[in-house]
Amino acid sequence: MLEGKKVAILGDRDGIPGPAIEECVKTAGAEIVFSATECFV
Amino acid sequence: MENQARIKDLADKYGNEDLIVILGGAEAEASGLAAETVSTGDPTYAGPLAGVPLGLKAYHIFELKDQVDSAVYDEQIGMMEMVLDVDEIVNEVKNYRG
Repeated sequence: MLEGKKVAILGDRDGIPGPAIEECVKTAGAEIVFSATECFV
Repeated sequence: MENQARIKDLADKYGNEDLIVILGGAEAEASGLAAETVSTGDPTYAGPLAGVPLGLKAYHIFELKDQVDSAVYDEQIGMMEMVLDVDEIVNEVKNYRG
């Protein structure tokens, strides 16, 4: 499902931060187009 | 809020078939709110996505465990998976994928 997809990451300082999610989705063949570890809403 | 504008730009550029959003939220309510915002619009009407239904699918990283390298997952996510309420978060985020 992630293979070849563009991925926008919304990490959470108290949960999973952006860089940790980046490391994971890279291994699934997704392209990271945005990554943040901040409040979204 | 600034991130909402960035997500909107990316959705315009790539479309909602190719672009997916991955969340790392610590609790269900905030994760669901983010998922709802990128799908049907910001329900709090506070940011640029208020009234803007982008139709993006959002997944929590916990849902994608089977798709990523297990050693990397364990190293990066494993500890938080043990301390957070995975089922509650995943069920909430799923609600907004239609």
